[in-house]
This record gives sequence, structure tokens and C-alpha cells, in this order.
Amino acid sequence: MSETASERISTEAVIKAARLSRLDLTPTEVARMTSQLAGMLEHFADIDALDLSAVEPMTRPYPLSNVFRQDVVVQGLDRDEVLAHAPAAEEGRFRVPPIVGLDG
Amino acid sequence: MFRQSLDWTVEMTTIPSTAAAIADAVRSGALKATDVLEAHLARIAEREGEIHAFNLVTTDEARAAASRIDADVAAGRDPGLLAGVPIAIKDNMCTRGIATTCSSKILEGWRPPYDATVVQRLAAAGAVTIGKTNLDEFAMGSSTENSAFGVTYNPRDITRVSGGSSGGSAAAVAAGFSPISIGSDTGGSIRQPAALCGVVGVKPTYGTVSRYGLVAFASSLDQVGPFSTDVRDSALVLEAISGHDPMDSTSIPQGPLSLRGVLSQGVEGLRVGRITDMPGGADPDVTERLEAAFDALQAAGAIMVDVQMPSMKYGLTAYYLIAPAEASSNLARYDGVRFGMRVNAPDTNAMYSATRSAGFGDEVKRRIMLGTYALSAGYYDAYYGKALKVRRLISEDFDRAYTKADVLLTPTSPIVAFPVGAKSDDPLAMYLCDVYTIPTNLAGHPAMSVPFGTGAFGLPVGVQIMAPTLGEQTMFRVAASLERSMISSGGGR
Amino acid sequence: MTQFDMSKNEIKVAPNDGSYLLDGYELVCGLEVHVELATATKLFSASANRFGDEPNTHIDPVTLGLPGALPVLNRQAVELAMRIGLALNCTVQSSTFHRKNYFYPDMPKAYQISQYDQPINVNGWLELPSGKSIGIERAHLEEDTGKSTHVGGAGGRIHGSAHSLIDFNRAGVPLVEIVGRPDIATPDEARQYVTELRQILVAIGASDAKMEEGSMRCDANVSVRKPGAPLGIRCEIKNVNSVRSLGRAIEYEARRQIVLLEAGEKIRQETRHWDETDGRTHTLRSKEDADDYRYFLEPDLVPLDPDAAWIESVRAALPMLPRERRNRLAQATGVASDAESIMVIVERGQDDYVLAVGRAGGDVGRALVHVKEAFAEQGSNPAVPAGDLAGMIILETGGKLTSTQAKTVLGELVAHGGGDATAIAAAKGFEALDNSALEAIVNQVIAAQSESWAKYCGGEEKAMGALVGAIMKASQGKADGKAVTALLQAKRS
Repeated sequence: MSETASERISTEAVIKAARLSRLDLTPTEVARMTSQLAGMLEHFADIDALDLSAVEPMTRPYPLSNVFRQDVVVQGLDRDEVLAHAPAAEEGRFRVPPIVGLDG
Repeated sequence: MFRQSLDWTVEMTTIPSTAAAIADAVRSGALKATDVLEAHLARIAEREGEIHAFNLVTTDEARAAASRIDADVAAGRDPGLLAGVPIAIKDNMCTRGIATTCSSKILEGWRPPYDATVVQRLAAAGAVTIGKTNLDEFAMGSSTENSAFGVTYNPRDITRVSGGSSGGSAAAVAAGFSPISIGSDTGGSIRQPAALCGVVGVKPTYGTVSRYGLVAFASSLDQVGPFSTDVRDSALVLEAISGHDPMDSTSIPQGPLSLRGVLSQGVEGLRVGRITDMPGGADPDVTERLEAAFDALQAAGAIMVDVQMPSMKYGLTAYYLIAPAEASSNLARYDGVRFGMRVNAPDTNAMYSATRSAGFGDEVKRRIMLGTYALSAGYYDAYYGKALKVRRLISEDFDRAYTKADVLLTPTSPIVAFPVGAKSDDPLAMYLCDVYTIPTNLAGHPAMSVPFGTGAFGLPVGVQIMAPTLGEQTMFRVAASLERSMISSGGGR
Repeated sequence: MTQFDMSKNEIKVAPNDGSYLLDGYELVCGLEVHVELATATKLFSASANRFGDEPNTHIDPVTLGLPGALPVLNRQAVELAMRIGLALNCTVQSSTFHRKNYFYPDMPKAYQISQYDQPINVNGWLELPSGKSIGIERAHLEEDTGKSTHVGGAGGRIHGSAHSLIDFNRAGVPLVEIVGRPDIATPDEARQYVTELRQILVAIGASDAKMEEGSMRCDANVSVRKPGAPLGIRCEIKNVNSVRSLGRAIEYEARRQIVLLEAGEKIRQETRHWDETDGRTHTLRSKEDADDYRYFLEPDLVPLDPDAAWIESVRAALPMLPRERRNRLAQATGVASDAESIMVIVERGQDDYVLAVGRAGGDVGRALVHVKEAFAEQGSNPAVPAGDLAGMIILETGGKLTSTQAKTVLGELVAHGGGDATAIAAAKGFEALDNSALEAIVNQVIAAQSESWAKYCGGEEKAMGALVGAIMKASQGKADGKAVTALLQAKRS
């Protein structure tokens, strides 16, 4: 392909991926990440030339289907033990800061 | 191989170096599990400081477990296949009430409320867990340098890496801390450190060993397997941990593998494949040992055949798009809500980012970013979608190759153990360490690394044996044959 | 635009003359209905699927998305999903599960397992009582989220809250999302659709489908257009918690869009929140910054591929559906199939009972009326034996009981869980007056109440009430009101 490494991923795309991943990156980190990811994607460009139009994607290694569990209740985890390991809990529930700004 | 040097004496009792011999002695009452344990704890006390194989040594729990085994024997109950055998568990497998960190700050202090299926089965077989071993954070790496809790050094040369990501488990066995250990292999994470540390390491067929309780890195590639000093012990461990698990939907519905019985069968008439278009890059000292392995098998009666794997060279690309994509989703649950670490912030969204940014190391962040990008709108087809098709091509290459050959042989790693720090600043160079191990993960096939002499600086070299789906028996026959040829040539025992 | 006869239908609000237009605009509406399945356990784990218990008492590693946990599909959930598909005339096909990746504190793994491009049920329809068909695009399986409670904000709202508390009892509960095509043209059709769907779901045992408890949740996609114009921009309305609100919310939203369009403004594609207290929809989030869910095939699950035998056994076990039951009852009674009485009886599940009264010799039409009026508190198995009710109806239709007396006898039957109507009537002293006895009483009363009679004869219709009351009193309730009225009218003319 004719693209060079630096064209393989934009700063904006890195910023978007960081937002989707819930990772805070400083401008320095964004720059470093962009260049590292671009280098990798450049290396991965070896598959660009392959004609894959007739190839079915392979998503799992062993062909199984219809794996089920019977609808029978099994005693689960103890709430107190689980909540004792939670970062914050209150009234039998997990506590989180106010839920705002979660969109996008 | 350093077998003899691993036998030692505690209070006038000789402790054998293999799990099989220990279990036999404990079951017969000739040896106490508690004595076996103390001997290994003593070895840990002696060398752990310079190796750092463990994130946690579970001395108290191990002593209690060993006492229970001894009580079972005294009461006439059979404690199982692995009676009293100390075992080290990679710290990405859940152990009830015992810290499980994945060598990540984000899980520091977390004690799972449940046991992984593998951990349950080992306990049921009488094995005594002595600790949780170090790894590259979330199993992402090939050197165990990406651990939040420090590097694991190679017991053969403590200036060098142990390989990764299961470096702690490989080093534990190589150092004699435990005769066997458990690792996980997503792209070579058992086989490569086994090769670098000079021990046996097996990645079985995807679906043979339950993944329930294995902290996921890349779900369609992850598989649990053993490390051991000899081939027979790996067979023994696999027999104990394999077999269908209803808690894992991808578990193959069949009984445990049966392997020890085939070890003496030899390789007469087996077709051993050489990949003529194998991607290059292996060091000459490594390829020399591969040639020696071909020679040894031929001498033992195997037939050499040439096969082509034209798509094998794309394995690295397919893997480094698929594994990060799955990882980006698997690691999204580390959000500071239900378990593990939290960095407080004024709102939940800010809390997520603050927690994840502080909790994950650089390599993990890099792979999450790469995976998120490969899956995101507008890029899915070009990256993730394409990688899945390449995965199919590689799998079809194997299918064709296995019409001509029963097993394929390659180096496990293109190089011997490298010095600590040599590749830390170049992620791509590190990824290239996995070039020979990745293809079997993509195909879901079994593969194992067997120590086969030494290369540069007298460091161990591993040979990789690959086999088709559920071809473990054939694979182990070849492994046992290579091991016998090493012993008879005076290569270690 | 659809037509339906509002005179036959009680659940109507908006005026409808057959072509529903709001200020010259057509409404285009499609509903997405989520129903919680009536399984014992969750979709992917064995914790109880139960509403209303103490928070976080139905949790397990899978529900909480703990590291290492793996989903295993609940067979019963699949079976209920197939029932829904077949009841909605869908094709049941082989399907897969995907991960929908997004962060939210009540979504434990930070991804929802859902069916994406290969849902289990596709291409069906639901027939409204009016006869109109609403297309069903798909009905797929997915897992529910936990529940957030917002603390410290005004009225439990997100905005201004100090923090939120999460309960994961609901997380992982099996849902089927039924995606309707945008065939709904009036708010009333939307109400009919949801009412009919609810009845079907209850009838086939797939869900208790209670909107108030959230086991059935409805989102509406609403747009408007001038007749013949291309589809308008649509908004998605969430948080509609009752059938009544659904109609209000759709009508409000349509009018809101029309006002904007008339003012020359553009509709923004967005998700809007219905506020029951002010009767308006409010912006929840804009779709401009569209979510990037990075869907990919769930590697921890395998394909779901029900064979024809399974599908047919589910189909064969389906009970008679409400529409079919209404038709059956309509045919038996001669009442229109979408008449209120038919709708009510079938919704209560009392149609079998009504038909049984008919088989016992009672007039089915009278049975329909009596059961509707007197059996509201009884379930699908009324305590009164069908034969007993039939006995009463035989007396009534044979002229042995006046309608008032019939009601009294019916009241006795209901109060005592049955009884012999003839004996009850005798005990009450009910014997229908013969015509001469009735005429004598009428003449008596006319003489005694000459003032009222004169007014009545002068055309003052309300004077008749006093006369009838006096006659009923004089006959000790034995006179049939209708006969009395007829007699008075005859005498006046």
C-alpha cells in the first residue's frame, strides 16, 4: 500500500480510541501512542495485498454449537464477601460517583 | 537438562525431582507431602530473591494442604494423581481467597471469591499450590518484564529474561521451586518461556483445558497448560486438568486426555513435517538445534516430509490485531466499580479513566488502544475483519500440511533468552519473538516446547512440536522420543 | 393509513376517522419492546432470576463480570425466545451472540452480550385485534443490566445526585428484544400492539410482561411526515412505563416534531426521555456523536443452532393464542372479535369457561355478559361450576327469572362458589309475574300516582322513573323492568 506509517492512524483516531477505552492520555502520550500504533499498523500492512474476498472469517478454533446449561438455580456468591472487596459499597450496593458524562 | 542436580536431600529423605516420582512416593507412604513441601520452600527461600518467580508464596495454605494429603494417606484414602506435588500457578488464574493480580496494579489486593476449574482439579488430584507466579501484565508480553511487580529473571542466567508471559511459572520449574507449574498460552506464553528456561511447556488443543477462572486476555486464543522438567510430568498434569467443563462453553465435550500410555510408543513411521517456507529470522544456534531434532527423529524411525505454509508469515499480523481486539473488550471490566483498584474522581466517567490510566501499564494500554482501534467504526473491516480471514488462511495451511505430516517441527523461539531490557523499548521487536508460536493459537491446535540442548552462551534451546486438533498423543510421542535422544546422547541426564 | 372501528374498541384516546393525521402529518412509529423471560435463572449463569429481593443477593462471578468468569447459555431462555418468535410468526434460525461494548456502572463487564446480525427470530408479524398486521423485524436474546439508584439528587434523578448505588440482581436476566417495523400509524395502534403483545407473552408463558415492574419495557421510534413524503428523522422515546403513557408519549412527540417542522426547524435524531409528571419528552442524548459499540462475535459462546425437531416441538406445544381465542369466542357468541366483552374475557383467560357454560346448555352470549360483569375478580378458572351458571342462564332465557333476579341469583352463585339456580330462585321467592298480574299492579300504580302518570302522558319522560320505581316496589322486585317500561309505553299511546 502507498500509505506511509504516519498516515496509518491519525491523532484524532488515537484520541477517539483513548476515549472509547477510558484511558487518559497526555498530549505527549498521544503523540507517542500515535507513532507506536502507526509503526505497528505499518508492519501489519503485509496483509493489505491479500485478496480475501472469498475467505470466510474464522472466529473460533473448534466447531461447537448448542452448548447449554439447565435452568436450575445454584447458590451464588455471598454479598458481604463480595462487597468487602468492592472499592465502595453502601446499603448492600456498590457505590459509584455521580453518573454523568457517560455518553460517547 | 539439570535433572540430577534437582534431586536433593532433606533430613535424610531424598526428594525426587519429578512430579510422577513424588506422587508415587507420597501415595505409597514412602514420603510425606509435608517433607516434600518443606524441601521446596527451602529451595524458594534460597533462590527466589534473585529470580522473582512468584508474586505470592502461599506458605500457610500449602502447609495445610500438604498436611491434609498426609492425613489422607495415613487414613488409607487415595489423595490422587498428583498427591503431595508442589505446584506453582500463574497469577492470572483465580484462587479463592488468595490474591490474584495478573501482575497488574489494577487488581492489586483482589482476592477472588471462587477457584478456577484448573485450580479445583489440581487440588482434587492432590497437588499442593505453593504460590502464584509472575507474568507480563494480563499475559501481554514475551519476557515477564511488563509486570507491575518486577521482572522474573531466568534461573539459567539471572541477567536474562525468563520469557513470557508465563515467565514466573517457567522459572519456578527451572529453579526447582516446584516440579510442575501452570501457565496460560495465548500466542506462545507457555512454550516460549519454557524454551528460554529449558523446561517442557505444553499448549493443548483449544477447548481441552477449561478456561473458567483463567483471567481472559484473548478468549478465542487463550489456553491453559503445564510446565515440567520432563515430558512425562506434563502428560501427567494434562491428564489431571483436561476434560470437559460445563462452566466453559468452548470446552470440548470429551473426557480427560490419555497421554502417559503413549510415551514409550516411539515414532517409527510417523511423518514429521519441515515447513520449507517458514518465516525466517531464527538465530543460527537455534536452527542448528532444530536440524539436530529432525536428525534425532529420523534416527528413531520417523519419516521427514516437506510442507508449505504460505500464510504462516501473516500470523503475527493476524494475531496482533485479533488478540488486542478481544483484549480491549475483556479488559473493559476493570472499571473500579465492583472489585480491584479505584482512583476517585468527581463523576463515574472520570473515575473510569483515572482508574484505568493509573492501573494499567504501558503495554496493556497499547494493546487496548490497538484493539479498540481495530474494532471501531470505519476500521473493523480493514483490520479486525481482515485478520479473521487471514486466521482462516493459516488454519487452512495447517489442514493441508497435516494431510502430509503428522506433526510439524519448528524452533519455539527464534532466539535464546535475551538480556533484561534488550527489547523493552521496541514493542514490535518483542512481538517478533512469537512468530513460531502464534500460528497454532490461531488454529487452536496443540503445540509444545521440548528442551533440546543449548545454543549461544550455553542457553537452552526449545524445539516446538505442533500437531492437529486433539493430536496430543502423537505430539507427546514425538516429545518423548526427542527427550530420549537427548538422554542417550548425554545431553543432560 | 389503517382503519379500525373505534366504536368497538375501548382502548382508544385519539380521535380517529380512519386516516390519522395530525395537522396534516402522518405518524410513523416502530416499537422496540424488551421483555424479561420467566426463567428460573439468568441468561448466562445459575443465579436466580427474581424481582424484588434484597439488592445483590442473586450474584455470581458471571453476573458481576468478575475476571475469569465465562457465560453458559440457559436452555430454557432459548426455548422461551423460540416460543416468542413462533407466536409472532417469525422464522427461527441459527444465531450467534455478539458483544456490545460500552461503559456504564450497571453493565458489569462493560459489554452486553446480545444478538446482532444473526438473531434467533426474524421476519414475523403481530395482528392487532382490528386485523391490521404490524411487522416484526426480529426478536433476539440479550442480557439485562443491573439497576442504578441515584442518591442525593432531586427525586432520584441522575442530575445533581451525590452518588449512585448499583444492584446487580437484574444484571444478566434474560431479555428478548422484539423489534417492530415502523408500521404503527396511530398512538392507539401502539397501545393495541403492546396490549396484544403482552397477552401473547403471558399466554405462552414467556414473561409476566408487567410494564409497571419493568419486566416489559417499551421504546418508541417516532417520526412524522407529510403523506407521500419520504420518512422523517426519528427520535427514540424511552422510559415509558405504562400502556397509557405510551400513547401519550407518542402523541406528544409527534406534535413536538410537527411544531418544529412547521416553524421551519429540523428534527435532531436523538434519544428522548418521557417524563410522566410533565407529560413531555426531554433530550437524553444526541445521536450526533454516535456510540461506537465495537460489536464483535462473543468468543466465549458458541453458535445457537436449534434443529427442526426442536423448533417443531416448541411450535406444537404453543397454546392457542389470544387472537385465535377471540375468534373462537366471537364465532360461538356472534359478537365481533374485537368487541370489548370478547377482549376482556380472553384477556382474563375466561373464554374456555364461557364456552363450557355453552356446552352445559347455557346461552353463550348471556354467559359472555354475565362472566364479564360478575367474574372480574375470578381468574381463568372461576369457582362457579360452568353447569351451575348454565342452569341460571337457562332460567333467565326461559323467562323464569327477570334480569334483575338473574343478577341476584348470579350474585349468590359467586358468593357461594356455585349452587343450584332453581333452588336459589325458589328460596328467594323469585317467580316471574305473569302478564295479567303485572298489568294489575301497573294499573294500581297509575291510579295511585295519577300526577306522575299525567306528566308522563304529557311527554315528560323522566316522570316514567317514578312510575317504574313504584311498580317494582309494589311487585316486590319480581317485575321485569323492561316489561314494565313496555307496558307503560303501550298504555300511554
